[in-house]
Amino acid sequence: MSKLVGFQSNPRLKISELIPWVLALAVFFVLPDYLSLGAQILTYILFALSLDLITGYAGVVTLGHAAFFGVGAYTCGILSAKVGITDPLLLLLMSAIVCGLLGISTGLIILRTQKLTQLMLTLAIAALCFEVANKATTITGGADGLTGVVIGPIFGLFKFDFLNKTAYLWCLGILFIFWYLVRRLVYSPFGITLTGIKENKQRMQAIGVPVTSYLLKAYTFSAIIAGVAGALIAQTNQFVGLNLIGFEPSGEILVMLILGGVGRIYGAFVGPLVFLVAQDFLAKQFPEYWNLGIGLMLLIVVLFAKGGVLGIFDKVTVFRRSSK
Amino acid sequence: MDSFLAAVVSVLFYGVAYGMVLYVISVGLSITMGMMGIANLAHGVFAMCGGYILVTALAKYQIPFPIALALSFLIVAFFSVFLDRLLYKHIYDAPELEQVLFSIALIFISIAIARLIYGTLQQPVMLPEYLKDQFTFLGRDFPAYRVFIIVFSAILIATLWFGVENTKWGAMVRATVDNRPMAQSIGINTKLLFSITFAVGSGLAGMGGALGAEIIAIQPTYPFEQLVFFLIVVAVGGLGSLKGPFFAALLIGVLDTACKYWIPEVGAFFIYIVTIGILLWRPLGLMGKRA
Repeated sequence: MSKLVGFQSNPRLKISELIPWVLALAVFFVLPDYLSLGAQILTYILFALSLDLITGYAGVVTLGHAAFFGVGAYTCGILSAKVGITDPLLLLLMSAIVCGLLGISTGLIILRTQKLTQLMLTLAIAALCFEVANKATTITGGADGLTGVVIGPIFGLFKFDFLNKTAYLWCLGILFIFWYLVRRLVYSPFGITLTGIKENKQRMQAIGVPVTSYLLKAYTFSAIIAGVAGALIAQTNQFVGLNLIGFEPSGEILVMLILGGVGRIYGAFVGPLVFLVAQDFLAKQFPEYWNLGIGLMLLIVVLFAKGGVLGIFDKVTVFRRSSK
Repeated sequence: MDSFLAAVVSVLFYGVAYGMVLYVISVGLSITMGMMGIANLAHGVFAMCGGYILVTALAKYQIPFPIALALSFLIVAFFSVFLDRLLYKHIYDAPELEQVLFSIALIFISIAIARLIYGTLQQPVMLPEYLKDQFTFLGRDFPAYRVFIIVFSAILIATLWFGVENTKWGAMVRATVDNRPMAQSIGINTKLLFSITFAVGSGLAGMGGALGAEIIAIQPTYPFEQLVFFLIVVAVGGLGSLKGPFFAALLIGVLDTACKYWIPEVGAFFIYIVTIGILLWRPLGLMGKRA
């Protein structure tokens, strides 16, 4: 027997679901030196959550999700550095709007196609955004990155500090809000319909579900979340570079999500945590072996450990229960 | 006016050479994906391997160019059979997401290995003297190497098309692309057929990578950087189609060269716009049979 995941599990909030938040708060007090890595991880968790919604629940595989992450970051950065808007909440909102519009328009294009063509289109759209960010140097800073991003205090009260204390809590708060929204969404009839579409598109179409319209809504919402995550990282780093947009970050976030476990909310929490902490410790010391390690690990997950880290936990708990 | 015409001729010339290389690399991807439906994003790895084999054979072992080119085909083809039997067979019927991740994993590993052996720098190609000359035709100079690429690829492509359209192997391949369960049920060993086709397709990719080593720089990030172009060629041409990707590759080759020549400041922007436009117009690609 396998453990029930996704919409099949009980939608009521379990005590264990509070663990990540308690841990996150504990990190704030216990490891003050790691808050900038922490804020980074929180934004990537939000980004992974948005990808989980569209890939894990709705079954649309995308190689270009960083287009939204990057556009969100650049929107925030450009509005701050070139236009002079510094209110963090307003900037998040603007990034959300821009990415929402981008999500609708690109969603209309990619959801017309299937499989490989769809993959290619997601990739092409990310590459297109990369190319714009790379070549429009007067606005985006090109390969040098966008500097001069100034972020004012949150609600006019809390200033961003050097230790990233404010940024950490700000990211945590935003993540909490979107976690709650996504959680509600996956257990709602809408979310269950998405899972149905993932399982069997033709059948859902046949029983009268407007598949494309559902997918478009999910895709747009996912784009908005990714855009907000991008804006958060721009605010935390006060810098936007090409490494946030294009194919490479898109592939990386997919790897993180798979590592944690796809199609389950907390997979998006575990994956970025493991990946970014490992990257922080290993990639600096063994840069040439980092890619090799990631590749081998991914291969093992795909061939032997479907469900990622959390999938392994499930198997262990099921095994324990059945052996009792 | 005359200088503009000269520019058009050289853009066409360089663009066609680039397009030919793109097609030789991508055609295997189109056919194998049409047969088995595997989203093999790691196809560029084979092209990169071919490029490294050629470069190493020329520079380190002083092997004559034609033999080095043949080696890049043979070694990559054998290597791909090995990979197919060892790894790919596990994901034939896996969901799309797993195939994508599996091939991304292969890309990561190949990048790391290439970097460990060759370092991050672009590999120079030690061409033989007779390919470094210039051809003079109608009062214009054409580099011999590009002429060689075009002529050699044209012969290769003609042979391939003849093989697919007129041999028994080709008929079986076409039958399997059209309807795999039916082909299987009338006695075609589709798995064996796939392995052979996969080897030929990968070998061609290896040879394409070797042929185009001077056009598409051989460096560890090759499989990632070129992936979008290979996928564009296959998707725009039409998945499972033999001839569609040829026209797509020529279009992309010429367009890319033209953009780099006249409007370098926009980069590959137009390629993506044209790709999206074509797929909006024909979601199955120019000559696609299915999505």
